[in-house]
Amino acid sequence: MAETTTAPAPAPQAHIPVTTEQAAGSLVARLARDLLVPLLAIFTSLLIGAGLIALTTGSPGTALEAYGGLLTGAVGSPQALANTLIRSTPYIFAGLAVALAFKCGLFNIGAEGQVAFGGLFAAYVGYAVPLPGLFHPLLALTAGVLGGFLWGAVPGFLKARTGAHEVITTIMMNYLALQFVGLMLAGPMKKPGSISARTPDLLPTARLPMLAANLGLHSGVLLAVGVAVAVWWFLYRTTWGFEIRTTGANPAAARYAGMPTVRNVILAMALSGALAGLAGAVEVVGVALNVSRLNPGGDRYFGLGFSSGYGFDSIAIALLGRSNPFGVVAAALLFGALRAGASTMQFNTHPEVPGEIISVIQGLILLFVAADAIIRRLYRVPATAAGSAALTTGWGDKL
Amino acid sequence: MTLCGQPVLLLLLSVLITALSFATPITLGALSGVICERAGVVNIAIEGMMLSGAFGGYWAAVTFHSLLPAVLTAVLVGGLMALLHGWLSITYKVDQIISGTVINILGFGITGYLFGQWYAHNAPDSPGTLPTIPVPGGGSLQFLAVVAVILVFVLYAVLQGTVWGLRVRAVGENPHAADTVGVNVRRVRYSAVLVGGLLAGLGGAAYVPGYIPAFTPGMTNGYGFIALAAMIFGKWNPIGAWAAALFFGLTLSIQNNLQSCGVVQGPVPVGIVGMLPYIATLLVLAGFVGRSTPPAADGVPF
Repeated sequence: MAETTTAPAPAPQAHIPVTTEQAAGSLVARLARDLLVPLLAIFTSLLIGAGLIALTTGSPGTALEAYGGLLTGAVGSPQALANTLIRSTPYIFAGLAVALAFKCGLFNIGAEGQVAFGGLFAAYVGYAVPLPGLFHPLLALTAGVLGGFLWGAVPGFLKARTGAHEVITTIMMNYLALQFVGLMLAGPMKKPGSISARTPDLLPTARLPMLAANLGLHSGVLLAVGVAVAVWWFLYRTTWGFEIRTTGANPAAARYAGMPTVRNVILAMALSGALAGLAGAVEVVGVALNVSRLNPGGDRYFGLGFSSGYGFDSIAIALLGRSNPFGVVAAALLFGALRAGASTMQFNTHPEVPGEIISVIQGLILLFVAADAIIRRLYRVPATAAGSAALTTGWGDKL
Repeated sequence: MTLCGQPVLLLLLSVLITALSFATPITLGALSGVICERAGVVNIAIEGMMLSGAFGGYWAAVTFHSLLPAVLTAVLVGGLMALLHGWLSITYKVDQIISGTVINILGFGITGYLFGQWYAHNAPDSPGTLPTIPVPGGGSLQFLAVVAVILVFVLYAVLQGTVWGLRVRAVGENPHAADTVGVNVRRVRYSAVLVGGLLAGLGGAAYVPGYIPAFTPGMTNGYGFIALAAMIFGKWNPIGAWAAALFFGLTLSIQNNLQSCGVVQGPVPVGIVGMLPYIATLLVLAGFVGRSTPPAADGVPF
């Protein structure tokens, strides 16, 4: 059974020789077609955001200043570019987490809790387990992956075994995670003598190798791109990935073909949690905090409020990237750039344009990507044959 | 017998009154979810609608220096967000959970942006909160808590006893059958989503100006999702949802009271009491406390 489902017979067309020009042409055409609607959605959202700024401040010039600041803060200097990459790194992992769950027909709203768990686990290994050199960050990252994996497996198990919808279980798991993190940071894992809820500083050996120490740029971004490739390979080149995608596309067909749908759902949610956990872990061992002249290397630790905002941002990134791992990387870079540019935007505008405008723009982008019919009507873009498939099916879907 | 320096009965009363106040936005949010989802439209946007409602309430309170327009504005703003949800999920058939996520992100972004732009640097005086009802023993009950309880039974009666209620249930269970007998499925769904938005907006008014005089960004703090859980816990029934909301309100109130008088000390026990509502919901969802079955066509576009 497994052989017939995992290896589709090569289509006869595959034997017709294709010239490189044809292949390149079709690739460019396909890319242009796939990118047109998201790009128009981003453009329209930025336009509406500018309109909102102009309307509320009463001066269109402020909108230009704000966007100028946004651009400068995101890509205007080596430091700005480094900030964009640093902000994008956890977004890539968390976006991949949501995308992988989508591929199995699951809506993982629990990235926030999984990121927190991954970060907490990694922080513990980072400050409490002395290890030599490179082994230390590696073990910390592994612990983060494990934390997210376990936290994600619970809603997967509940979904597969009892039908409890993952949207609501992951929301509940988020609150549980926040309560748990809160009590750990207030009690057992609290830095002795500190007034804030945070862990002790990580040991220097636990730090992720730096790409550009003077810019604070750590090597997590390389890992993120590597993991994106790995997720793509897993989904499209392995039996398990194929089964996960089939379970997502049509659970009944997957079961009829003899695929273990229960295992696939648990595995997909656990792997999704593991990716989100990695986001938290990389953030803990990578990002330098409290950087100053006296402390150029900064500190690494895990503090309260660490994961806030990842839940919704990661969903928007996965949707914008159409759940494709490489699309997710691109969307995460865009969101990272918006977040990195926000502080310069606030600094550049008088009176200050509030940073929440970024959330407005992100919400609008998600709106127009999801309701692509609006964009198509607005710009008279013909609909593609594929259309947009429903990602979820309400509360009542049974395996 | 005394506990926390108070007679036990008085303490119990105070816990219950606080529970009712905590339960008010949860109840109204859960009713919002019930009416939307009984019509077949998943509503995870309660949080965004409530937050927008609370901001609308604050805006009207400081603009008109009066509380009645503030409540009305909160309700209307909730309705506006609901129309956006309907426009996306009914007219454009966007995945309803994604549409809800859009509302939540936009609700957080727009209210936070406008608050920062208009009020953060020159916070105006607020005309205060709605009158409270004094309770024997020194406590007081927020006004909208009473309204919420009345609305629970009104919504139940409307769903079970009116033509519109029957139509709502029909388009939520089997829209094609309803369509065949001449019910305008989209119109009924739009009206249910709108009513849901008005209720969530009132839930926002339970924050500002109901209980808290000023708006803070993100102030609903996830209660919209707890309302969603109460809806599921209550099996998509107004009275069940209310009971669930009361249970959540009670756990929050116990947490609050015990913490403030020091019966539960240390971060670990407090955290564990704080986890109770979520663990209870997970157990219900997992079917340990009876199965919770959604309307058959919930989440299915028509």
